[in-house]
Formats: sequence, structure tokens, C-alpha cells
Amino acid sequence: MELVLSLGIGILAGSGVWLLLRPRTFQVIIGLALLSYAVNLFIFSTGGLRTGAAAILQAGEAGTLARYADPLPQALVLTAIVIGFATTALLLVVLLATRGLTRTDHVDGREREP
Amino acid sequence: MPDALLLLALVILPFAGAVVAGLLPSHARNAAAGLAGAIALVSLGLVWAAYPTVAAGGVLRAEFAWMPTLGLNLVLRVDGFAWLFAGMVTGIGALVVLYARYYMSSDDPVPRFFSFLLAFMGSMTGIVISGNLIQLAFFWELTSLFSFLLIGYWHHLAAARDGARMALTITATGGLALFAGMLVLGHIVGSYDLDVVLAAGDRIREHPLYLVALILVVLGALTKSAQFPFHVWLPHAMAAPTPVSAYLHSATLVKAGIFLLIRLWPVMAGTDAWGWTVGLAGLITLVLGAYIAIFQNDLKGLLAYSTISHLGLITLLLGLKSELALVAAIFHTMNHAAFKASLFMAAGIIDHETGTRDIRRLSGLNRSMPFTARLALVAAAAMAGVPLLNGFISKEMFFAEALSAEVPVSPLLNILPFAALLASAFSVTYSLRFIHGAFFGPDPTDLPRKPHEPATWMRFPVEILVLTCIMVGVLPAATVGPFLDIAARSVLGAATPVYSLAVWHGFNLPLLMSVAALGGGVLLYTFLQRYLRTGQDGPPWIRRLEGQRIFERTMVYVSWRLARVLEQRAGTRRLQPQLRLVLGTAILAGGGAVWLRGFGPGNLPPTPVDPILAMIWVVGAACALGAAWQAKFHRLAALILVGGAGLVVCVTFVWFSAPDLALTQLTVEVVTTVLLLLGLRWLPKRFQSQDGQGRDGQGRRRQAAEVLTRTRRLRDLGIAAGAGTGMAAMAYAVMTRTPPDLLARHFLERAYTEGGGTNAVNVILVDFRGFDTLGEIVVVAAVALATFALLRRFRPAPDSLEVPEHQRDADGAVSHGNAGQPGTDWLLVPAVLTRLLFPVIVLVAIFLLLRGHDLPGGGFSAGMVVAIAIILQYMIGGTDWTEDRLRLRPHLWIGTGLLLAAGTGLAAWPFGLPFLTSYFAYVDLPLIGKVPMASALIFDIGVFALVVGATLLMLVALAHQSVRAHRATPRIAAAVPVRDHAPMPAGDD
Repeated sequence: MELVLSLGIGILAGSGVWLLLRPRTFQVIIGLALLSYAVNLFIFSTGGLRTGAAAILQAGEAGTLARYADPLPQALVLTAIVIGFATTALLLVVLLATRGLTRTDHVDGREREP
Repeated sequence: MPDALLLLALVILPFAGAVVAGLLPSHARNAAAGLAGAIALVSLGLVWAAYPTVAAGGVLRAEFAWMPTLGLNLVLRVDGFAWLFAGMVTGIGALVVLYARYYMSSDDPVPRFFSFLLAFMGSMTGIVISGNLIQLAFFWELTSLFSFLLIGYWHHLAAARDGARMALTITATGGLALFAGMLVLGHIVGSYDLDVVLAAGDRIREHPLYLVALILVVLGALTKSAQFPFHVWLPHAMAAPTPVSAYLHSATLVKAGIFLLIRLWPVMAGTDAWGWTVGLAGLITLVLGAYIAIFQNDLKGLLAYSTISHLGLITLLLGLKSELALVAAIFHTMNHAAFKASLFMAAGIIDHETGTRDIRRLSGLNRSMPFTARLALVAAAAMAGVPLLNGFISKEMFFAEALSAEVPVSPLLNILPFAALLASAFSVTYSLRFIHGAFFGPDPTDLPRKPHEPATWMRFPVEILVLTCIMVGVLPAATVGPFLDIAARSVLGAATPVYSLAVWHGFNLPLLMSVAALGGGVLLYTFLQRYLRTGQDGPPWIRRLEGQRIFERTMVYVSWRLARVLEQRAGTRRLQPQLRLVLGTAILAGGGAVWLRGFGPGNLPPTPVDPILAMIWVVGAACALGAAWQAKFHRLAALILVGGAGLVVCVTFVWFSAPDLALTQLTVEVVTTVLLLLGLRWLPKRFQSQDGQGRDGQGRRRQAAEVLTRTRRLRDLGIAAGAGTGMAAMAYAVMTRTPPDLLARHFLERAYTEGGGTNAVNVILVDFRGFDTLGEIVVVAAVALATFALLRRFRPAPDSLEVPEHQRDADGAVSHGNAGQPGTDWLLVPAVLTRLLFPVIVLVAIFLLLRGHDLPGGGFSAGMVVAIAIILQYMIGGTDWTEDRLRLRPHLWIGTGLLLAAGTGLAAWPFGLPFLTSYFAYVDLPLIGKVPMASALIFDIGVFALVVGATLLMLVALAHQSVRAHRATPRIAAAVPVRDHAPMPAGDD
């Protein structure tokens, strides 16, 4: 299973990086979204892949790692998802404003000279 | 008085006085001078109070805790040598203050002058009595700073500004080197305490880092003491008021370098490296400075170069491997301070009373100011080394040392005695020129002012200093002997050599050299008369070698041209090369780590592949690749594909026991997609063009461009493949290793017992790491407000202004003129369903919020769900319909959220607990049962409110652009001709 997931992460990251290097703003936004999936999954995977581990503690009990999933990477990723959403929104609006001002959607604000 | 208090007062008094003087009104000349004089005298008194201790060979020492964890204490320490220097700094300081009172014009803001002067005196005292290397470097930089302010005191003059800048650049750069050197020394010794360092001489000299420390420390000392090739700043510092020159260039600033060399002499000197660096710099400076001084036409310029030359003499003495030379160096330091300060003051008097310092215009002042003339004559004779004056005795010692020094070259090549003789002859020449040029000859003709004797008190400091010169010259052993002795003894300890301070040592070689130098100097002066009368500027042969020009050129090159070249070569304003650089570096760094440390799968056996998840990931990978492929021409398709990839990620989270993540990811996915959909409308249309082959010359050029584009794409593909492979390999390596469990155990064990929740992830977010979450929601709020502000001024590009095609009829008319009500007529069933579902969705959100502490859910996902519910109404009902019925106040939501979250944190304070400490209890409610009541819940409600507000603010602000544009379209569309959308060629990236 690890192989499948790491290949998936690799493909997400590769597609994201490819798009990041493209000249159009929309491509960059999409690329960032893909790259953040990859990174979030990677952080998540540092806690180990556990199918069937309980996510919720039994009331009144101090949990152990043997029975429960590692909560720390999850908390980190949860934060990352929300922050990623906020920055994507900001990037989108900034790029739209740039497009309005410069009349181009090239990332440098002007078309490359031929 | 206790030692600690005395030492502390010695450092603090001048700085306190500087602050007070700085606050005086700008015309309070007498008050400021009185204050400065009083402080200088009190300081001198304090130094004198320390005499009994140091005379007995003791050391005053006070230590104050500063950064004890780093082994750094504030140490003040006065031994014999420091005492001597402190006496010079405060004593000459007091004389300079008196002199400056009469020198400074009442038109200048004199209190500022005294403020700087006092601060400088404090810094200098600080250097001298520092018992800690770091502290010494600190005061060292302070002297650079205050000398900059003093030199640039007349900041309306360009020369003063340039001179100050030059002095600061050179001395402060040297100061940085010195600081680095101190760090290296501290590293070698293991302590920054001066006493410890001074006891570790052998360890320092044998350490492999000795050479590094030596070069850095010597660099600091040589820049400060204006030694070749760093001497260029000193002549330009003459733009300062003369009292400043008299103080800085006789007893203080330039002597700081000498002080440091002597201070560290016992532990660093004695090696060939020391001899070559220090000795050679001193030798060159000695001769060069004296030579240039002869040809200066400005009195102060002459004194400046003679200062450089005398500093070279002292430095040279320090570079010789001889304890006697060190004693001579200390002695000459004192002598030089006395005669050079008095000469600077005399030059200042001449300038003050005649209005010029140009030797070519001055003449015959002997008749109009006879008393000053006599004083200057004696001081200049001391400088030239005439017998029965203090300069003679130290120069004798210098000759003796030059004759007997061990030098690291063969005796035949030993030019030391000849260089000493030559420089001494030069010094006789320039001293003669100073006196003869200014005071003798015919009466002056075209002076700006009619010369007369200065105020009696202005002459008084000169009288004191000249008297000192004579006393020391006649009765050296009786006057200065004990002081020199305690200074030398505190530096050399048991190694102090036997020396005799006397005027007459019998007929010997040094005496012969003195006579030869005197005779040669006089001869040279008469010989040079005709040349000097031509009044040419600068010394012959090396006139073109102008220090300032070289300095300015270097500065311009370093700070401007080099920067430009670097920017042109290595910089870019384009995003893509920058990103390529970042990614390339990341890949190289990762690859380098693997290269160095090896790579391999971990210890865990791989778990069996689940075919269902594998299939899901096939879809996910296809979505990602598809999005990457389609994002240019088919944005909507790319957006849908990204959504698909997001869903796969979401499923993966569920699969591997992370329901909270899946929930958040799902809701965020929806909101992001809506957001990007709203943005799509403002992007330019782009069509894939079919043609590409031209037949004419333009076609060929296009072909060339095509090839270039292909190459670029191949390179980017390489980077992307590298990044992807790297990530995959890293992920695989991580996943096949046993995850570290220390933190996990910590949180799992305490989630319920201390946080009161069974959902460990949520407890971490709202309780254990609540402060992080608080910061995070502040970021979200800031982002929302920023997008709102940006969109208020949003100006779409002209080609995006017209109503989109799918909102028109076949004949081109706008069919749904009101964007506020898009589809009420043809989306009736979804509209009704959405409206019915609205309360249900909100209820689900509240459910998610309340159970968040114990079960999957929480403020983030609940907030997102509410935002989705509302945005659904917008999509189906239109802006106007929704806003007629729902009064949204996103700002209010954001504010409430922030206040709730921060307030929960603050609420812990009245109970004496740290910020964001949460409290929990389980309450039994009738009907519902046991309900957790944690204060973290209120925090989570804050998060919820903020997320609702922020998300809505962003979405609604973006959605409103369409409404605005629709309203504006008729107006703008009439004014702006719609551009023809030529299809973009495919290869434009």
C-alpha cells in the first residue's frame, strides 16, 4: 500500500511542480492546489498508515498508539488545509487584480517579448 | 569609595552627561561646557582615586551579571596600563573641553557638540576599562559611531560629511573584524574574560586558529590607528572642529588601536606572523606618513600625517620582539598625546584668530601672537625629538630598539635603523615647516582676520600640555617614571625589563642618530625651500596616489557597480526562473542528502496492496495528470479534475483513520472550487490554435521559437519529474519506517485526562496547541479582509467586461440582464430543494460544531459547512434574492469569532492561569444527558464564527464583482471598444 500512496504523492507533486513552472496564473493556482495535496498527504503519512485504528478515544481512558491513530500529523494537516485554502483565495484575488491592471494573465504581469 | 561604584561611575557619568547636554537648548554654550568640564574633572578625580590600588600593583575589578548562561558578565577592570590610558582620556578630555568652550562659535549648536564629546569620552573609557572581550568590541564600535558624529559635526560642509562617512566606513569595518577576532579568541580560550585570556598566551599562540584571530584583531587595530593602507580616513577627519581633532587624534580614537595591540601583546605577540603584520604596517606608515606630512599646506593636514607617522612608530615598536620596545611604545604613546594635542590646539588657535590654516598664506605670526608661538615652538620641538623634551627620550629608545631588534630577515637587509633615521629626519623637517611657515618670515599680508593672541583660558590647556612636555623631557624618571612603571608592569608582569629613563645615556649610537636626524632634517628643509614655495599640493612622486579617490572608487564599485553586475548576472524579475531556481535547489539539496547518507526503504514490511484503494489512486493520478495537461486551454476541465484529485485525497484520509481530515478536506474542496469558478470569469479567453507552420520568413522565426518552447518544456518536465520522483521516494522511505511515537503518546495520553475530549485531533487544535490555532484564524481573518480590500478596487481587464456568451441569447442580446437573479425560471426544482435543505445543512453544521471535542467535527468544518449552505443559496437564487432574505454581516462574524477565541484565552488570566488554559467539566442536562462543557468549546465557537465570516466575505466579495460588472457594462462597453480575441499561439510559454 505504501508504494501506491507514495507513487500517488509523487504524481501529485510532479503535476503540481510542472504547473507551477507554467506562465499562466491559473496554471499556477491549480499547480499549488495539487502540490498542497501532495505535501499534506506526505505530512499525514509520517504518522504511519493505519487502517482501522480508532480515531476517537474511549471516554475516560488514556490512549495509546497501539490502538489509536497518531493525532499529531492529523492536527498539522488540518491546519495546513485551512491555511492552504486561505492563501489560495488570496493568491487568486491578487492574480485577478493583476490581470485587471496589466491586462494579461502572465505571471510576470507582462507577456514575454518574442 | 567601593571599586564597583567607582568603575561604574567612570563609565556611566559621561554617558549620563551626554544625555543631559543633548537636552540643553542649543545656545547654552556655557552650561554645556561647564557640565562637560565638570564631568571630565570628576572622571579624572575618579581615575586618581584608583591610583593607590594600581600603584601597589593591584587591579580594580567589578563584575555584574549580564548573560550568565552564556558565560558573559559585564566586567570592569582597571590595572596599571588601563589606569594610564583612563588618565589620558579623562585628563586631555578636560583640557579639550576647556579649549572647545572658547573655540566653538556661539552660532553653532554647542551643547550637541559637548554631548557627542562626552559620549565619545564614555565609549573610550569603556574600551580602556573593559574586562571582557565582547564588551570591549562593543565600546570599540561606540567610539566609531561617536567619532563619526563628531567629525561630521559641521554637517553642512560636504568635506565634513565625506570625512565622517569615510572614517565610519573604515573604522567600523575594522570593528566588525575585531568583533569576529574577539569571538575567535574567546573560542580558543573558552572565555571572554580578559583576565582568563591574558593568562592563556601559550594556548592562543599554539592554537590552529591563532592566525585567523591575529589577522582579524590586527585588522581592527590597524584601521582604528590609521595604519597603512587604512590611513586614508585620518587626513579627511580633519574636517572636524579642531578640539575634536586634538582629542581624537592625540589621546583617544587612534590610540584605541594601539591600546588593543598593547593589551593583547603578552598573549599574541612574539610570533613571526605578528612581527610581519604589525611591524611591517608600522614601518611603512612611519616613513610614508612623515614623507607626506612635509608637503602638506594645511597646518592640520601636516599634523594629521605626522600623527599617522607617529602611530606608525608606535606600531612598529609593538611589532618588534622586545619587551623594551613595548615600554618605549607605551612611553611614546603618552608623549605623543601630550605634544600632538597641544599642536592641534595651537593650529586651532591660529585658525581661530587668523581665519586660515594655509601655511602658504600664514607668516610672521611670531609678532602678533608671541606667546602662542613660543608654546607651539616647544611642542613642535618635542615632536621633532629635540633634547630636553619628552619626544627626544622616547625617540632615543626607539633608535636603540631599531638598532638591536631581531628581525625575521637577514641582517644585510635590515633597513630598520635607516628607516628610523629617515623618518626622524622627515619629522624634523615637517616640524620646522610648521613653526617656520606659520610664525616666522615677513608679516602676513592677506589674512581674513587681523591676528592677535587668543583668550587666556583658550591658551591654558596648551600651556599645561607644553609644561608636561618640558617636565617629562627634563626630569623623566621623577615625573612620568612611576606611571610608566606601573603601566609596563601590569602588561608585562614579571617579564618587565630593566630600563632607564634619563636624558643622558652617554655618547652612543642612538645619540648619534638623533643628531644626524636633527641635522638632516634641517638640511632637507632648507633644500626644499624653493620647491615648497611653489605651493604645489601633495607630495612629489606619489601625488597621483590619492587615498580618497581610491576609497571612493572602491566604495562605488562595491556598493553600486558590483551590486548592479550581480543583479544583472544572477537576478531576475521573472517568476519562472526564480521558481526554477528554488525547485532546482530543493531537488539538489534532497539529492545531495541521499548521495551523502544513502537511501533505502525502512524497516517495516510493506502492507498488502488493497485493490480498491489502488484503483481509486489510479483515478487520482489520472486526475492530477489531466489537470496538469489541461490547465492552459480548458480551465473548467482542469478545475473539475483537481476536484477529483482532492476527492481521492479525501478518501485516502478516511481510509487511513483520519475522519476529521476527510471532513475538513471535503468542505474546503467545495469552497475552493466555488471560489475558483467565480474567478474563472475574469480570465482571458484562450483557444488552442491549429496552424503553426508558416511558409515565409516569419514562419521560420516561429519555428525557431517553437524549438525554444519545446526545450523549455522539456527542462520543466525534467524538474517536475525530478520533484515528483523525489517526493515519491521520500514518502516511501518515511512510510516504511516506524513512526516516532513520543509526541503521539504525549497527546493521546492527555487528550481525555487533561483536555476532556475524546477526539484527540480536535483537543490538540483547540486546547494543547490552541495558541497556534489562534494565530491561524487570525491569518484567515487577515486574508479575508485583504481579499475584500483588494476587490473593492478591482478593475477587470476590458476584454472581460462584456457579458459572457452563455448569458446571451442567440442574437447576442443579454438575456438575463440581472445577474442578481440568474436562473429562477429554469432551475426551479434544484432551487426549491436547496432552499428546503438550508436549515438542515445549518443544523448539521451546529451538530458538527458541538460534537467536535468528542467526535469528528469541530469549528473549521462546521464553519465551512455553513458557508457552503449560504453559497448554495447564492448560486441557485442569485445575489439579490439571497441578500434580500439573509442579512449577512461577514465582518461581524469575523470580529465576533476573534473576540470569542481571544476572550477564552484571556479568561484564564483572572484565575492566575496562563493564556488559553482551558477548563472542562461534564454537565448532566435533563433529556440530553451528559454534555461536555469545556471552555475549549467556546474557543471552537470562535473559530467557527470566524471561518463562516471569512469564507463568506471572500466568496461574496468575488461574486459581487459580476453584479457590479453587469451594472457597469452598458456604460463601459460603450466607451471601450471590445477587443478582438485573437487566438493565442500554442507555444507562448
